[in-house]
Amino acid sequence: MIGRRGRVVLAAAVATALGLAGCGGGSGGTAASGSSGGGQALKIGIKFDQPGLGLKQGDTYTGLDVDVATYVAKKLGTDPARISWVQAPSAQRETLLSTGQVDLVVATYSITDARKQKVSFAGPYFIAGQDLLVRSDDTTITGPESLQNKKLCSVKGSTSAQKVKSKYPGVQLQEFGTYSECVAALVARGVDALTTDDTILAGYAAQPQYKGKLKVVGKPFSQERYGIGLKKGDTALCRKVTDAITSMVADGSWQKAVDANLGAAQYKPGAGNPPTTDPCS
Amino acid sequence: MITTRGVGVVDVLGRYDVLGAFWVTIQLAVLAALGSLVLGAVVATMRVSPVRVLRFIGAAYVNIVRNTPLTLLMVFSILGATFILGLQLSSATGSNIFRWAVVMLSVYHGAFVCEALRSGINTVPHGQAEAARSIGLTFGQSLRQVILPQAFRGAVAPLGSTLIALIKNTTVAAVIGATEAAGLLQEIVENETGTLAVFMIFAIGFVLLTLPVGIGFTALSRRLAVRR
Amino acid sequence: MSTPSPLFDAPGPRARRRHAVLTALGAVVAAVLVALALRRMAEAQQLQASLWSPFLTAVVWREYLLPGLRGTLQAAALSVALAGVFGILFGAGRLSPNRSLRWTCGAVVEFFRAVPVLIMMIFAFTVFAQRQVFPNELNPLAAVVAGLTLYNGSVIAELVRSGVVNLPRGQTEAALSIGLTRRQALRSVQLPQAVTAMLPALISQLVVVLKDSALGYGITYGELLNWSKTLGSAYANTVPAYLVAALLFIMVNVWLGRGATAVERWLGRRRGAVSQPVDDGAPALPAAGPTR
Repeated sequence: MIGRRGRVVLAAAVATALGLAGCGGGSGGTAASGSSGGGQALKIGIKFDQPGLGLKQGDTYTGLDVDVATYVAKKLGTDPARISWVQAPSAQRETLLSTGQVDLVVATYSITDARKQKVSFAGPYFIAGQDLLVRSDDTTITGPESLQNKKLCSVKGSTSAQKVKSKYPGVQLQEFGTYSECVAALVARGVDALTTDDTILAGYAAQPQYKGKLKVVGKPFSQERYGIGLKKGDTALCRKVTDAITSMVADGSWQKAVDANLGAAQYKPGAGNPPTTDPCS
Repeated sequence: MITTRGVGVVDVLGRYDVLGAFWVTIQLAVLAALGSLVLGAVVATMRVSPVRVLRFIGAAYVNIVRNTPLTLLMVFSILGATFILGLQLSSATGSNIFRWAVVMLSVYHGAFVCEALRSGINTVPHGQAEAARSIGLTFGQSLRQVILPQAFRGAVAPLGSTLIALIKNTTVAAVIGATEAAGLLQEIVENETGTLAVFMIFAIGFVLLTLPVGIGFTALSRRLAVRR
Repeated sequence: MSTPSPLFDAPGPRARRRHAVLTALGAVVAAVLVALALRRMAEAQQLQASLWSPFLTAVVWREYLLPGLRGTLQAAALSVALAGVFGILFGAGRLSPNRSLRWTCGAVVEFFRAVPVLIMMIFAFTVFAQRQVFPNELNPLAAVVAGLTLYNGSVIAELVRSGVVNLPRGQTEAALSIGLTRRQALRSVQLPQAVTAMLPALISQLVVVLKDSALGYGITYGELLNWSKTLGSAYANTVPAYLVAALLFIMVNVWLGRGATAVERWLGRRRGAVSQPVDDGAPALPAAGPTR
């Protein structure tokens, strides 16, 4: 019930839009009823286990996604204290949004056409690219073409793993359930490289425990446009979020957030950053 | 990558190697079934043997393995055993994964096979063992020729449950990147955001694999049941 | 194994000496293996204090491990209670004289025994989420419980059935001979005996459920494995975090196993020799099979 109430409050703020987008799922109708007092509570889905992006560190949450989400929430009129952070694992992001368990998803969420069938995106707020993470003393791996006969780690079923498998068949691929297992394997010299979005890689390299031990190769070979996911068809909310992202880039908070969360890895955002946002459709 | 709206059964079967994935599942299951049966029989013998240290090792093995989630055992096999302890079963990553998956499935279910056999041994009336000893059979002889043949009959039902569980538990090997059915399911869900049709394909696949085993073992246990 | 085993004679002096040598040898081998493993771990920098010291802080337990343990126990307790009800209903259904009821219950039980729990969980989660069956926050828990209940309920149904089938025939014959109908005999003579005999197995099944709740991590349920993953990311100590999680699982499960044994003993004392055959009944202890 709490989840629905959270949605109700948010939806009330954009009530006009719901009239337009009301053709979506039936749950839109519940928004009209009841309005609990106080500020606007927001439920935001983030990763809990991605250092530098979305990480639960004790009882606080840190990372670029968290900073972006906090900034956007503020622009929507929500105090940081009124945000409840919800864990949003990759496989569940669409479900969380479409069922209203969360209002926004800011969780290394690439904008793709397939996903656009189920949710709407505001952004992008960051352009990431698939890259490689290697041990700092490793000079033999300079890009995906130098992976021949090397051991590469990725997450089972992830698009990055599939891409490497089809494009570089000479690579030995070790897959795990989560990236932190890959990083542990990399440090233990069980694998030679880890591949996924450069942001995620930089997040690990920037962790104090791994400082000086790991480096991002810095030759991204794909483009992942991170967007903020919201319920499909909520155009008004999309516009507000997009405006917030634009102003975050303009007033320098974006750069500050990137430096604070990923700077320790000597990581520089790739081409296209800071991004220009797409129009909301 | 692939951008389709609804994913039908035909789509999935056409684009992904579902049969190939289930073939890996079957290979894992058959090899691990053999492995766990051998391991379980050895450990069960240890657990009822006169040598105390063997009983202790057997009990420790069963208690540790049976009480740890298989997911963790799988992850330990690669992250712990292969990478940290250096116990590589093959220099090729793919076959190292496959072999460790077989080993871990055998080790995990071996504990359950052991307990099934032990309970089977418990169903054999004491008189049988006493009679075997009184005619001068040694421990090994009485176990092999008198107790175990009867114990297997009593253990058929739990052994069947263990085999069914093993077939389904091959899905856990996906966490270390084995290319079996559950791994492919994850891949499809990642690409297409899973639909009901996709789940049904995999559910039915497993029903087809396990149902005959279940029916077979139920019939077998009824046939072999010792009326007392 | 503390009582003298009927399988072998009490060892004599020579055998005892041989056993002592074997024990010493076993201890040496074990010690060498542990030492080797520790050395390898040290080489791989897994024994550094910074990786292990977080487990001495309150925040790690308060924010990660205890919530994980609570999630695991919560899902397991709910599932095993519901699975017990499911199992008794469908187990009894499989024994019904009514052919179509027997057949339906059999089909349901065999189906849910056949599908991997993880696939059922993902399926239940999707359905619950789309249909809004439960309040949103409860969906992951509900899906975990649904998957675990259906599978373990089917296993328990089989336990009930075989418990009844394995009762001494005299019980049924006596019940029928004093004029009870088949249904009455099932309800007031066979089932009560089978179910009490099943109690330890039910507790053992809790161990299975507890471990299988770890599958809930795939559908965002916050159980112990899920939280130790998060913990491993936050403190960059994945391997130690998993080792601690494994230790916690083993501790809780061994403790539960002890409970099962205690209940079994208590039942054995209480019932005396009456239903001895059920105690010996093959499936009682071990059919608490591995799962998923």
